[in-house]
Amino acid sequence: MWITISYLAWAISAILVAWMAYDWFKTDSTYSEEQLTSSREGEIEAVSEKHKV
Amino acid sequence: MAQAAQATTQTTTNGSRISLLRVLGPAHVWALGVGIVLVGEFTGWNFSADKGGALAALMTCWFVGLLYTSVAMIDSEVTSTVAAAGGQYAQAKHIVGPLMAFNVALFLVFAYTMLEVSDAILAGDTIVAYAGTEGLTHDAFIALVIVVFVWLNYRGVLMTLNVNFVITALAYLSIVVLFFSVQPWSQGAVLKLNELVTPQNALPYGWIGVIAAFQFAIWYYLGIEGTTQAAEEVRSPARALPYGTMAGIITLLIAAALTWYVCASLLPWEYLGVTYYPLWDAAKMTGSPVLEFMLFWGTVLSAVASANGCINDAARAWFSLGRDRYLPTWFSAVHPKYRTPYRSILFLLPIALAFAFIADLNQAITFSILSGVLQYTFMSINIVMFRNKWPLGTIRRGYTHPFHPIPAICLFVLCAITFFAIFLGFGSQLIAMVIFYIIVSVWFHFYRYRYVRRGDQFTMPWPKPRGY
Repeated sequence: MWITISYLAWAISAILVAWMAYDWFKTDSTYSEEQLTSSREGEIEAVSEKHKV
Repeated sequence: MAQAAQATTQTTTNGSRISLLRVLGPAHVWALGVGIVLVGEFTGWNFSADKGGALAALMTCWFVGLLYTSVAMIDSEVTSTVAAAGGQYAQAKHIVGPLMAFNVALFLVFAYTMLEVSDAILAGDTIVAYAGTEGLTHDAFIALVIVVFVWLNYRGVLMTLNVNFVITALAYLSIVVLFFSVQPWSQGAVLKLNELVTPQNALPYGWIGVIAAFQFAIWYYLGIEGTTQAAEEVRSPARALPYGTMAGIITLLIAAALTWYVCASLLPWEYLGVTYYPLWDAAKMTGSPVLEFMLFWGTVLSAVASANGCINDAARAWFSLGRDRYLPTWFSAVHPKYRTPYRSILFLLPIALAFAFIADLNQAITFSILSGVLQYTFMSINIVMFRNKWPLGTIRRGYTHPFHPIPAICLFVLCAITFFAIFLGFGSQLIAMVIFYIIVSVWFHFYRYRYVRRGDQFTMPWPKPRGY
């Protein structure tokens, strides 16, 4: 039984890796690089923190 | 998908960006921190008994507990102020400077990736030991643990940490149930502490054994500082991060005490110091199949919870390096639908798998501990610089830790002792790792830093530091 479970573990791993690779390709081909890398550190803090302590 | 792309284009045009999602609360921060660490109660800490005996394991449990309480307090103050993905990396960048930040990010990625590898190996080995089937290897289970949790992290941080909360709570519950099942209020009924820890064998190697035990006592709490990586994804960093981190260290101090008491009272120190499954073996010693089954699952769940948290944290640190151009900006992509740093998550997947299939468990653990202690040493210096540059009252802090600079001094001294302990056991690895960090620092300073947009990386709207 455990040998069968280990084969199942390989199969699930392969399916998930294939799904992530597919989604990665789809995302990268749908959106521009500028959009995908548009995140900036500290934007919310810049708005909410006035530092008048 | 086309509609989603159009909507995103519009929001980007209007000034919004694709950023990480702020959906987490204090419970998720707790789940991240305790989830990463709890595996250390199920394996790892007990090797300190091999170094110095059962009493040394208890003494270092408290001393290292003090070290990590300092870590949790210092981290809570700085992170509630520098609330950005990357955690200690972002802290180092704003407080010390870019070269320190680059090194700290590498400490983080190494510590978490190697810990993830160790967790996956542990989960695989535990399942193989439980199955007892000839010809069964751990490879399939290692791959399953790493890939399933990479997939979960890819799909979104909220579900990732909801899952971590549940499995961490179940693993913790197994320790509590074991503790109360062995009638801890009645020594002699089940527990035999008086017989197993005697004045003759309590410190078999004397005080040098206590010092040597520090290296593995780190495992009681290694990784609690990982809570800071959630800083950019919590709804209220100033509230959630201190609550989650401090609740986490309290939870772990209790778990460490319960674990030592039960294990030292059921297993002789010579065996306790070499087994890979101290709690599971302690449950077997009670003769209860139910407890044995619970602690088997506790071990597996704690290992996978830790792997899950490590994947989350390593990816955030790598993502932050890309966002500041310390590495190619390609790594700083955020998934427009799931709002996760998906390229960093996927980039680290084959690296973790490669180490898990090639590396030895002891080597992976040692590299993780070394990177962790380097990071704690930085934190003790960092908090002193932070208080000097921005004294209390000059910027808003979510939490202010008490008794400064005593926690920083305490942390620094305990890190120095731990480095000495590591040198006693793994001196060549320590030297190799320090040489590695020197080489990459030279590469960063003379080559990579020319690509960094120097003004863009300092994002906190703080006043100028004192003295500048």
